[in-house]
Amino acid sequence: MRQAFTILTLLVAAPVFAQGSGPIPELANQQLADPKKEAEATNLMHGLRCIQCQGQSIADSDAPMAATMRAEVRQQIAKGEKPETIRKWMIGRYGEWVSFEPEMKGSGLLLWAAPVLLLLVAVWMARGLFRRRA
Amino acid sequence: MMAEAGLAALWLAAAMALLQLAGGLSLIGDGKLASLIRPAAMVQGALCVFSFCALIWLFWITDLSVLLVASNSHIDKPAIFKIAGTWGNHEGSMLLWVTVMALSGAAIALLEKRIDAKTLGATLGVQAVVSLGFFAFLLFSSNPFERLVPAPAQGAGLNPLLQDIGLAFHPPTLYIGYVGLSVAFSFAVGALLTRQVGPAFARAMRPWVLGAWIFLTLGITAGSYWAYYELGWGGWWFWDPVENASLMPWLAATALLHSVSVLATRNALRAWTIMLALVAFAMSMAGTFLVRSGVLTSVHSFAVDPERGAFILTLMLVYTGAAFVLFALRIGTVRQGEPFQLVSREGAIVANNIFLSVILGIVLIGTLYPLAAEALGDKISVGPPYFNKATVPIALLLMLALLLGPMLRWRRDEIARHKYWLVGFFAIILWSGVAVWQFAPGVGIFPTLGIAFALALAVASFVPLKGRNLLRTPLPIYGMVIAHFGLAVSVFGMASESGFSKESLTALSPGQSAQVAGWTVKLDDVNPAIGDNWVGIQGEMLANRGGKTFALHPQSRQFFQPEMQTSEAALLTRWNGQLYAVLAQPDERTGKWQVRLWWKPYVTFIWFGGALVALGGLIALLGRMLRRPRKPAKNNWASE
Repeated sequence: MRQAFTILTLLVAAPVFAQGSGPIPELANQQLADPKKEAEATNLMHGLRCIQCQGQSIADSDAPMAATMRAEVRQQIAKGEKPETIRKWMIGRYGEWVSFEPEMKGSGLLLWAAPVLLLLVAVWMARGLFRRRA
Repeated sequence: MMAEAGLAALWLAAAMALLQLAGGLSLIGDGKLASLIRPAAMVQGALCVFSFCALIWLFWITDLSVLLVASNSHIDKPAIFKIAGTWGNHEGSMLLWVTVMALSGAAIALLEKRIDAKTLGATLGVQAVVSLGFFAFLLFSSNPFERLVPAPAQGAGLNPLLQDIGLAFHPPTLYIGYVGLSVAFSFAVGALLTRQVGPAFARAMRPWVLGAWIFLTLGITAGSYWAYYELGWGGWWFWDPVENASLMPWLAATALLHSVSVLATRNALRAWTIMLALVAFAMSMAGTFLVRSGVLTSVHSFAVDPERGAFILTLMLVYTGAAFVLFALRIGTVRQGEPFQLVSREGAIVANNIFLSVILGIVLIGTLYPLAAEALGDKISVGPPYFNKATVPIALLLMLALLLGPMLRWRRDEIARHKYWLVGFFAIILWSGVAVWQFAPGVGIFPTLGIAFALALAVASFVPLKGRNLLRTPLPIYGMVIAHFGLAVSVFGMASESGFSKESLTALSPGQSAQVAGWTVKLDDVNPAIGDNWVGIQGEMLANRGGKTFALHPQSRQFFQPEMQTSEAALLTRWNGQLYAVLAQPDERTGKWQVRLWWKPYVTFIWFGGALVALGGLIALLGRMLRRPRKPAKNNWASE
């Protein structure tokens, strides 16, 4: 409760004495008090790319940039934002590159359809094997 | 002097490969040079071993007048890492590749007696073509023996992440696996050329596939554990391009392993087996290309050069392109072999092949997709959320097929014959699924099903032993049972880790404690620590659960040569899981230390299971090798 209050105070106060200073740095490496919210945040962090590193998610990186992004995610989750909204926000800010989960539209559609298409092709290729009676 | 001798041996070995190819080509005509093939292969093997030993020697004495040594080693490096440094770089690893390949050729020339002389000659001829490509690559674009004038005084050092005992074994293990698949490729093309695609060919190829598969399994398992403890965030699989590059050949090899057994035992699935052998080799080349070229960004890429990537890409396209053209031309004359019905052992193995190939396709598409998108001007990422959602359902289907497959009869069987087993497996799945859902709500569908299927498979894997005299059961059956059981163990670990891990990220002052999953971990103190080529800090932690206390010493290291920071996690292994502790940076404003703690239930089962899978393969391989080989047999399979 006290932590929530502190965060709330900081959130309210933040714009006043730190214009555009970004998220509260402690949130990069400390969990949210509410386990449910923390789980949401962790799940989202595993799906966001650390744009400073090579192929790691922000949940798995020591880079300062990843820390800032983790803090951002936790802060927005604490504010009550939906993970999907935050993901969109990140994409808006850093481009599609930041999301490990491609969109289910446009060129991404083919990617998401791939498992089913591949399965159909494989079954079609195998159909001749069973045709003759043993 | 030693460097020049090593280089000379390499050129001579390439000349031997040329001779081996000439012998192979002469088989088309009068076969006069065919007697050259086997001696050339053996001499080539010996020359490559000499060349590789020369490079190890240069690293051992740290001869800094050799460019490769100077840029990858350092006089202060510990001895074991000096030796491991031999293959911890691009040139050295390629020399290792060529050496293993030449040794395989020598082994085939020396030992292979199951197939007829002409197919053997053709196989070695194809192998010579493949190794010539790699010799050219090595000699023209990656000479490991190049001199550096003037010689530097110290050397540049090795990436600290690679200064680990894991390095000494991980890349060579994968490479041996890749080379084994190239041998399988040579056999497949050789048999296509002489029209001998049949059980004898399958029995000759099988040990190489099995051997390659064992090494790939070990390599992936070890690589996963290495990333787990070295990267310091507790993840064991990142769907990273380099990991995918090693997973794809494994998937193809696993499918090939099953279909080659059908060909050897039942003379069925001929075209499939050849196709899978070509795909497996193509995947190992593609894997090497992806890793070496740096076209994909990855946590594991330590040797990256676009020009060399282009060379490997060309080799891959030429070899697999030619092989697939040959396949297309010849396969029309290959009958599919003995018929079988949908419900049969063969049918189950076809299901295995389909599911593994689909997973392979997904991984391939997902890995290459960002490249294609970037070519079209779109910068996107495809990562864990996609791969998990796309592959896990297929993998679960594969596990379902595996419950029943091994107990089916060859040719034809009736589902009704196995109804009690089916009901039993269904009961296990239902019971454990409901139990997980009941006692740990919100765990997610994949971990729940993973645990349920793993438990059913753990039971099902032993069913093939039912009704057998255990003393007279052939070793390959035991191998299969152990490998399938190992898969169940591994999947259980994966599901448990992803569903039930507990995390605690905090900042502690010395004397303070944190809790995770019933453990109380106290940060007693933080002390300086020093090693051969690094300085750092070490946390003195005490972990307590149920009255027992254990000491943990996570470190954060700063290396000098080259400069880099790494965190060394402290792992406390219990039978039912691991406590994973990391000490990171001090918090600048509060002066507290960042501490990351995880309790990962049954996480060790992942790698223990992987090791069991490899052990199963080894037992099967021993079983195959201890049996006396049959006489060469000719198959008239082509429709005249």
